[in-house]
Amino acid sequence: MARSVTTRHKVIATVAAWAVALLIFFPILYTVVTSLKTEPEAIAGFNLIPSFTLDNYVTVQTQRDYIKPFTNSVILSVGSTILALIIGIPSAWAMAFSPTKRTKDVLMWMLSTKMMPAVAVLVPIYLMFRDFGLLDTRIGLTIMLTLINLPIVIWMLYTYFREIPGEILEAARMDGAGLWQEIVYVLTPMAVPGIASTLLLNIILAWNESFWTIRLTTATAAPLTAFIASFSSPQGLFWAKLSAASTMAIAPILIMGWFSQKQLVRGLTFGAVK
Amino acid sequence: MATQNTRGLARLMMAPSVILLLVWMIVPLSMTLWFSFQNYNLLNPANVSFAGLFNYRFFYTDPAFFQSIWNTLLIVGGVLLITVVGGTLIALLIDQPIFGQGIVRILVISPFFVMPPVAALVWKNMIMHPSYGVLADISRLFGLQPIDWFAQYPLLAIIIIVAWQWLPFATLILLTALQSLDSEQKEAAEMDGANVLNRFIYLTLPHLARAMTVVVLIQTIFLLGVYAEILVTTNGGPGYASTNLVFLIYRTALLGYDVGGASAGGIIAIILANIVAIFLMRAVGKNLDR
Repeated sequence: MARSVTTRHKVIATVAAWAVALLIFFPILYTVVTSLKTEPEAIAGFNLIPSFTLDNYVTVQTQRDYIKPFTNSVILSVGSTILALIIGIPSAWAMAFSPTKRTKDVLMWMLSTKMMPAVAVLVPIYLMFRDFGLLDTRIGLTIMLTLINLPIVIWMLYTYFREIPGEILEAARMDGAGLWQEIVYVLTPMAVPGIASTLLLNIILAWNESFWTIRLTTATAAPLTAFIASFSSPQGLFWAKLSAASTMAIAPILIMGWFSQKQLVRGLTFGAVK
Repeated sequence: MATQNTRGLARLMMAPSVILLLVWMIVPLSMTLWFSFQNYNLLNPANVSFAGLFNYRFFYTDPAFFQSIWNTLLIVGGVLLITVVGGTLIALLIDQPIFGQGIVRILVISPFFVMPPVAALVWKNMIMHPSYGVLADISRLFGLQPIDWFAQYPLLAIIIIVAWQWLPFATLILLTALQSLDSEQKEAAEMDGANVLNRFIYLTLPHLARAMTVVVLIQTIFLLGVYAEILVTTNGGPGYASTNLVFLIYRTALLGYDVGGASAGGIIAIILANIVAIFLMRAVGKNLDR
């Protein structure tokens, strides 16, 4: 039975849904709009039509060297994600394809490391970073972000790998494929989508991580999170510039996020909701 | 068909991640535990001595401690209330047949991808600012005195900002769960004469229960760690009005240089997080047996 949906119902629901959606999206929209205003315009009261100046974007670069924290964000998020994948893929692979009685316990234990509050180890990590000269270095922060995201990487990969049917492996083996051929020709093509999703979600998480990135950097290795947070002191007349810096800081990850909605659900609920 | 050989290989493949996570878990944690029993101040690092339970007593008798615990619970509870109730309503709305559903989804999910410092500063400067913010403009439009959010209601302001960041997550998870609800069941209930409210209470809500549990548990883990939002808006103030446990420990450690005190606070934070973690692990573990 096809449910009869009246046009009226659909129109009302549409209007309501769009109203809610625009309300939620408003702060982001307004940031983009403000970034295109002049500084006096930015504090001149509510106005959705800017004078479309790009000066703020230029100024942020010339006065504050925006490219530097941006580059740091890219290096840290991509670097730590790739590192976590290199360490995580063999592990998830082993657990998915030759599970033992203890596999479940190992997975749960890995997840439990994610529950440790960051602030609880702030002191030892800070002191270790200081003693090893890792404070405000990209390598130190990359290691940190890798460790933080490793459990999520392994979990996500595991849930994807587990869906690759084992029969295919057996069939390949019967046809005389060796381990190497098995990996290159059979498993890799089937695993790529899962690996790509994991990569995407973890770049997003690493990009937005705002505890360690702020606390363990000062200038040289500071990514965008620390860069933006440094503007928290109240000076009234830089909103347009701050908006320009903010827009550039969130735009790439916002677009990536739109493409990874499904993976987000899966990754962040550890496969509990699909 | 796992032979000795493949089993050995599997162990070898797992070794790097297991060793790394083991070190990551044990080394800093045992250091925190060790420091928590020491008199150790970074301003006087030569003078370290055994403190017994002094740090814990010090933390426990500090009036800021109970306020920070209370604030932590208010942030977690407030944000959960807003996101779960709001997320359910929005998910139900988006699940209706509407025009442009894809775009609506994208708009609603977007705040989740905004990094915390940006989210907090946008709300602080452009939405909640007492003279130039959009909310102040709206107040004046109705002839009301604009609210100075971060001076008058600092904690509520932070709860609103954090809720804005997490509402998309709750909505997305609940929407995903909603879309897996069998439409035949819905139609059957409809034909049996169940009205909208009854269908929601007896059919939809039980179906969403599991997803709601997951939302509550996962958000709690992250909400216990709210930090950047406080740092860039109120810096914990006025007084300790918007200081949560994370922020108090950060202040003790990096502004007060008190390693021992901050470590004792860290141990308390771990205990708090573990209480939640036990429930989360159970919920996720059940799914694994499926």
